[in-house]
Amino acid sequence: MSGPMPAVERARPLAARPALLVLRGIHKEYPGVVALHDVDFDVRAGEVHGLVGENGAGKSTLLKIIGAVERPDAGTMELDGEPIRLASPHEAQAAGIRVIHQEFNLFPALSVAENIALDHLPNRRGWVDQRAIRSEARAALDRLGVELPLESRVDRLGVADQQLTEIARALSARARVLVMDEPTAALTDHEIAALFRIVGSLRREGVGIIFVSHRMEEVLDLSDRVTVMRDGRVVGETDRPTREQIIRLMVGRDVSELYPASTGEVGPAVLEIDRLSVAGRFEEVSFSVGRGEVVGLAGVVGAGRTSLGMALFGLLRPTGGTIRLEGRSIAPRTPRQAIKLGIGYVPEDRKALGLVLMLSIRHNETHPILPWLSRFGWINQRRERVTVERRIEQLGVRTPSIDAEVLHLSGGNQQKVLLGKWLEIGPRLLILDEPTRGVDVGAKAEIYEIIADLARAGVAIVLISSDLPELLGLSDRVVVLREARQLAILSRAEATQERVLSLVTTGAAA
Amino acid sequence: MNTLSPDAPQPALGREPAAHRRFRISIVDYGIVIAFLLLCVALAVLTPTFLTSGNLLNVGRQVSIVAILAAGQTFVILTAGIDLSVGSVLALAGAVAAGVSASFGWGPGIVAGLLVGGGAGLLNGLAITLLLVPDFVATLAMLSIARGATLIYTNGQPISVADGAMRFLGAGTIGPIPVPIVVTLIVFAVAIVVLRSMTFGRYVYATGGNRRAAAFSGIDTNRVRVLVYVASGLLAGIAGVVLTGRLATADPQAGVGYELDAIAAVVLGGTSLFGGEGSVARTLLGALILGVLSNGMNLLDVSPFYQEVVKGVVIVIAVALGNLEQLRHRTLGA
Repeated sequence: MSGPMPAVERARPLAARPALLVLRGIHKEYPGVVALHDVDFDVRAGEVHGLVGENGAGKSTLLKIIGAVERPDAGTMELDGEPIRLASPHEAQAAGIRVIHQEFNLFPALSVAENIALDHLPNRRGWVDQRAIRSEARAALDRLGVELPLESRVDRLGVADQQLTEIARALSARARVLVMDEPTAALTDHEIAALFRIVGSLRREGVGIIFVSHRMEEVLDLSDRVTVMRDGRVVGETDRPTREQIIRLMVGRDVSELYPASTGEVGPAVLEIDRLSVAGRFEEVSFSVGRGEVVGLAGVVGAGRTSLGMALFGLLRPTGGTIRLEGRSIAPRTPRQAIKLGIGYVPEDRKALGLVLMLSIRHNETHPILPWLSRFGWINQRRERVTVERRIEQLGVRTPSIDAEVLHLSGGNQQKVLLGKWLEIGPRLLILDEPTRGVDVGAKAEIYEIIADLARAGVAIVLISSDLPELLGLSDRVVVLREARQLAILSRAEATQERVLSLVTTGAAA
Repeated sequence: MNTLSPDAPQPALGREPAAHRRFRISIVDYGIVIAFLLLCVALAVLTPTFLTSGNLLNVGRQVSIVAILAAGQTFVILTAGIDLSVGSVLALAGAVAAGVSASFGWGPGIVAGLLVGGGAGLLNGLAITLLLVPDFVATLAMLSIARGATLIYTNGQPISVADGAMRFLGAGTIGPIPVPIVVTLIVFAVAIVVLRSMTFGRYVYATGGNRRAAAFSGIDTNRVRVLVYVASGLLAGIAGVVLTGRLATADPQAGVGYELDAIAAVVLGGTSLFGGEGSVARTLLGALILGVLSNGMNLLDVSPFYQEVVKGVVIVIAVALGNLEQLRHRTLGA
């Protein structure tokens, strides 16, 4: 975030103010995972309390408990010094606790106005009063200082407008405690500025605000206090934090060298593609990947990177050009054929495409290799177990058992399971599409290490990533794609951040 | 971290404690068992006849047809599909088996019945995977087509069965055990093994759990989906042959509504209609609960009209009990 930050005046000292909402000793477990470990947290009237932590640190679970979406296994909550037990989000709202969730809880088929006013629908003897709804919705939007089409169905709006609707909905109810979970993720600078002004005025009105954001500048700028969570615990709470202080607390160590050094040794070509095309997806792409080489594909969404990966894995049929694997011409028509050739593919969306979340680590890990683990369709379960246990150990997947459902693992551990699944096939070529998306910093570093180890072991790797520092940090060479065409192949030395960014966005070198 | 080489031998891990194998044991896993046992105890106390071997074998014989259908239905539902055609396919297979055995003997008769069942399942599977007809619609159509074909084949008249071997399958006994019970036990033993220990079983769970992820793992999900409908049809064929043998006649109206009992048995067993979660052993338990319930109400002289109501209520209560864990740790919106 480089946008202008509105100055928000602070009313100090806060310590003198009474705590509005207090959580003590909150404990929450999911099968196999302790999500919250004895967490104490509070928010005072008229303060903004920032809450930060990596993905999987427990922030979302804590917010769900505050909003009574989830119930804690142990611990107490107090509002105004009185113990409360909230059985449902409805009761939380009645107590004056409003949560603006990261996932929108909007009703897609209802209008903007109806969504905003929904929680206290004005009605006359059971008949909905449309006029009152509109005026109430307009008042909430005016407070936000934004214009939205009140009559439009919510599912016809863009993401930013949906987020604004969600915020307006929370403002329309008189909240005493307002929880904001990544409220700015979809907003423009202008809208963020408006939101922050409202946060400032709510603070003056004595509302207790819990503010969660990945954007460190926002948290530092807005918060009176910041609490840092890691691994389900509160690891620090501070009044005047610095950026470095917070990052160190979040990660649990200093982030110095994230990207492992490449050996730079590249063997004979494993993959050679020549003028490969898939009509409507990408045209005439040519490059090669050597043994132990990482070739990065740079480009914006829609440039054809994912389609290229899918074509190599038999998920898209090429309409032109050739693919050669270790000198032999190949044309995989199904993923099964690609797997037999020694090609693995880590798709970009691990939940939708990568893993079967409700199944165990063991089952997920061996889906591609079951034909090799079985005889006449009969699975050698002992061999399977040993294979998976070794891999899980080797990759450092944190789980109580290989029979735990993948669903309950953190994003980073899920991603390791997904990577491990493709290591099982003993790949010659591995296509990694956004291998660290939705993964926290610590797990990222581990995944980078795994990728570097694979390259050292001689695997040829095609890396697709929208995270430019990551792409440049890991790749030996970078192929730049723009609007479905290949623009350039850059060596590690040539591929500077400015140059690649300029190429993918404007088509010209900076 | 160890150096990662996919081919190199890796250091062996120490033996894991066996406790890891059973990761999650809870009341949910045994709720249905407890419910079944409670039902049996209640009936044993309330009626003098329930716990006699004659009555229990009778229950087993009656349950067997729906249980065999439910075994096939479990495969389909595990892939997140549904097969509404099994009652009609059962009738068609039974009629063809009776008709063919009258002319060519019991061997060809049984084979013909099974082929008809498997063939109807194949058509279901192809309509769903190749023609992209939704499973509900495709099998609803087959429900109608197979029933019509049965009426055409039989000319609307029952076909009586004189053949001894056909009769044996439905009405014979091995020792004291009625043959339909033996057939059911074999069917379930095979189904359990396939789902637990064979690649096809894993593919069924993966396809139902997340079809796209399964396809991205190299699993031919269309093939899996066709095969589960073939299995369901084949088992409907087996059920049809057994039923025909038991009644000594192939009734063109046989099996009407059985698909709902089969689905109810699967659901009672805790298998998710969304696919990917469940077990076939528990389906057998579900079928037994339905059978014992109906038997018990007959013994207690409950009017058949009320029996239907009770059955429906029991299904809802049983499924709700199965959700006890989720109800306790209710997760809204997530």
